[in-house]
Amino acid sequence: MILSKVLEEAGSLEPSDVKTKRPPAAATAAAMSNKLISEMGLPASIANVFAARNVLTAKDALSLPEFDLVALLGLDLDQVRSAVARISEIACPPCRTALSLLEDRARSACHLPTCLRGLDDALCGGIPFGALTELVGPSGIGKTQFCLKLALLAALPTCYGGLNGRIIYMDTESKFISSRLIEIGKSSFPHIFQSEGMAQEMAGRIVVLRPSSLSEFTESLQQIKLMILQHDVKLLIVDSMAAILLGENERSTTVQKQHSWRWPLSFLKSLAEFSQIPIVVTNQVRSQNNDEVFHYSFQAQKNDTGKTSERLESHLTAALGIQWAHAVTIRLIFEAHSGQRFIKVSKSPTSPAVAFPFVVESSGISLLSHDGLEVMGAEICTIHCQGHNILDQGTKSYSRIQC
Amino acid sequence: MSETSRFRSLEGGHGALKGAQTAWDMLSEEQMQKHITTGCEELDAILGGGIHCKEVTEVGGVPGIGKTQLGIQLAVNVQIPVECGGLGGKAIYIDTEGSFMVERAHQIAEGCISDLLDNTAHRLKDFPACPEILQPNSFLANIFYFRICSYTEQIATINYLEKFLEEQKDVKIIVVDSITFHFRQDFDDLALRTRVLGGMSLKLMRFAKKYSLAVVLLNQVTTKFVEGSFHLTLALGDTWSHACTNRIILYWNGNDRHAYIDKSPSLRSATAPFLITGKGIRNATSHCKRVRMM
Repeated sequence: MILSKVLEEAGSLEPSDVKTKRPPAAATAAAMSNKLISEMGLPASIANVFAARNVLTAKDALSLPEFDLVALLGLDLDQVRSAVARISEIACPPCRTALSLLEDRARSACHLPTCLRGLDDALCGGIPFGALTELVGPSGIGKTQFCLKLALLAALPTCYGGLNGRIIYMDTESKFISSRLIEIGKSSFPHIFQSEGMAQEMAGRIVVLRPSSLSEFTESLQQIKLMILQHDVKLLIVDSMAAILLGENERSTTVQKQHSWRWPLSFLKSLAEFSQIPIVVTNQVRSQNNDEVFHYSFQAQKNDTGKTSERLESHLTAALGIQWAHAVTIRLIFEAHSGQRFIKVSKSPTSPAVAFPFVVESSGISLLSHDGLEVMGAEICTIHCQGHNILDQGTKSYSRIQC
Repeated sequence: MSETSRFRSLEGGHGALKGAQTAWDMLSEEQMQKHITTGCEELDAILGGGIHCKEVTEVGGVPGIGKTQLGIQLAVNVQIPVECGGLGGKAIYIDTEGSFMVERAHQIAEGCISDLLDNTAHRLKDFPACPEILQPNSFLANIFYFRICSYTEQIATINYLEKFLEEQKDVKIIVVDSITFHFRQDFDDLALRTRVLGGMSLKLMRFAKKYSLAVVLLNQVTTKFVEGSFHLTLALGDTWSHACTNRIILYWNGNDRHAYIDKSPSLRSATAPFLITGKGIRNATSHCKRVRMM
C-alpha cells in the first residue's frame, strides 16, 4: 500500500519511543457485528437452520424482528428467542463501569493540549482523544492555522509537551503550506527548531494527503484505519470536511447528500474511538436564509419586528447540517465580530459555552485573554462574520498585535 | 362465573390473568413510587416529581442543548441514597455517540454530593456509612457503561440487558444516548428500521415495568417540512413517536434553556427553565451570577 510506504519513510521515531503495538481493537470491533453465527456455540441443529437460510452473521440475525426470524427460519418462537439471546450476548460490547473508564483516563494522556491556556482549561486539557472535534468558521479566519499548530504539537517530543507521533493531514482544499508550518514552528518553539535537523524531523512526521474526490477520500480513510494502529499516528486532521463532502454532491439531491455523509461520519467516529487518537475536522460556513431559523411547532413564531438590524448582519451557518452537528463531540466556532476574532466553544460535554478573543501571529493563533466570555442562548450556535474583511486579513498576512 | 367471583379472582393483582392489576392497586403503587430528580426543581415539578420509574421517557433537542448532560445527571442522581430521599439505585449508560465524558460525570457526582451534604446534613447524622458511599468514585462505580459502535451492537446490548438486569437488580435507570445515531447513519430499509426500533422500544418498556426502572432515551432533532415551512422535530419519524410514554423537548427560549413536555399520558404540557452549571443541571431562578455577558 502506498500510504504505508509513505508512513514508513516519514520521520523515523527513536526506537525507545516506539511503544509495543496496540492490539488492532478496531478490527475486533468491526468483526463483532460480523461475527459468524456458526461460531457462537449454538446447538448444531439451530445453527444449521440459520446457515441454511443465509442468516450468517450477528448483523443478519439482529436486523430482523423476532417474528420475521420465526417465519424465515421455521423454528419455534422459544428456540428463536434463546438463539437471539445467545447471539446478542456475544455481539454485545463489554460492560465497563464509569470508574474503570476514569482509571483508564488517569493512566494515559487523553488530551492534546492546544497550548492556548484558556481553551485548554475549558476543554479539560485540550483536544480529547477518542472523539471528533470540529472547527467551523468563515474562510481566512484561522482554522487552518489552528490545524497546522496542532499538527506540530502532536509531532513534538513528549518532553516538550507533544505526543511524539505521526500526523495524517488530509488537505482537501490545498491550503496546507509547508513554509507556513515551519514558520509557526520556528516562532513557537525556537529552541527546538533551531537545533540541527529538528525542523526536518518534525515536518517529516506530518504526512499530507490530498484526496480530490469523495471516492479517493473514502479509499484513504480505509487505508488510514490500518496505518493508525501500526504506525504511531497520534492525530488525524481533515481540512476541510465540507469541501470533500459538498463538492461531490453539488448536483445531487439533499437525500443523496445525507446518504453519502453517513459513511465517513460514522467511520471517523469509530476510528477515533478505537485508536484513541484525536480527530480534528474543519467545516465551512454558508449564508443562512432567514426562513431557515428553525423552531419547533409548539413554539410561537418569533415576532420579527425589532430584529431587522440583526437581519442585516450576515447570518452564517455551518455548511454541514444538523445531523453532522449532532455527531461531533466538540464544536469550536471561529468567528469575527466587534472588530475582533473569537474562538467559541459551541458544543462540548465538559465546558459551558465560552468565547476567547484571538489574533493570528507568526507563531499561529494566540489568545488575547485566557478568561472566556460566557455566551448565552442562541448566541452559542450563531456564527458571526461582521467587521471581518477576508481580503485584508487573508491567511497570508499576519497582523501582529502586541498583547 | 358470577360477577362477584370474577372480580374476586382479579383482586390482589393475579388470578386468571397473569400480571393483571386493578387500577386501584396501580394508583397506590404510583403514589408509593419515588422519582428520579433532574436536579432542577422547576423541571421536577412539571414532570410530577422527576423522571418516573416504570416509564419510557424520550428527551430530544438540538446539538449542544444539554441532552447528554441530562443523561449523565440522571445516571448520578439515581444513586442518591434512600436516606437522602433518593432511590439508591444503579445506572446503565448506553453510549452510541461517544459523548459520555467521564470527567464530566465525576464533576456532576461531586456537585450532587456537595448539595446533598448541604441540604440533608441533619438527616445524615444517623447514617454512619455515608462517608464511604458519598464519594464521586463510588458513584462512578455504579454506572455501567456500554459503548456501542453499530446498530447491531445496539440491538444486541438491549437484548443482553435481559440477562444483565437479572444479575444487577439494583439498576433503576437505563439511559440510551442516543437511540438515533446508528439507525440514522446506517439503516437503509426505513420500513424495517421502524419495526426493529419498535421491537427495541417494546423490550425497553418491558424492562421498565418488570424491574420498575426508568428508561430515558435521548433523541436527535431533524427538520421537517410541514404546511409550507420547516420545523424542528425529533428524529426517527411518526411511528417512533408512539413508542415512548413521555416525550420531553429541550430548547432555547431566548437565552435560557427550557424543557417542554410534548407528550405524556399523565402530565399537562408545560415548560420549565433549567440551567446547566459546573455542578450539573440546576434551578434557573437561583442561579449564581454570571461572570461576564457577551
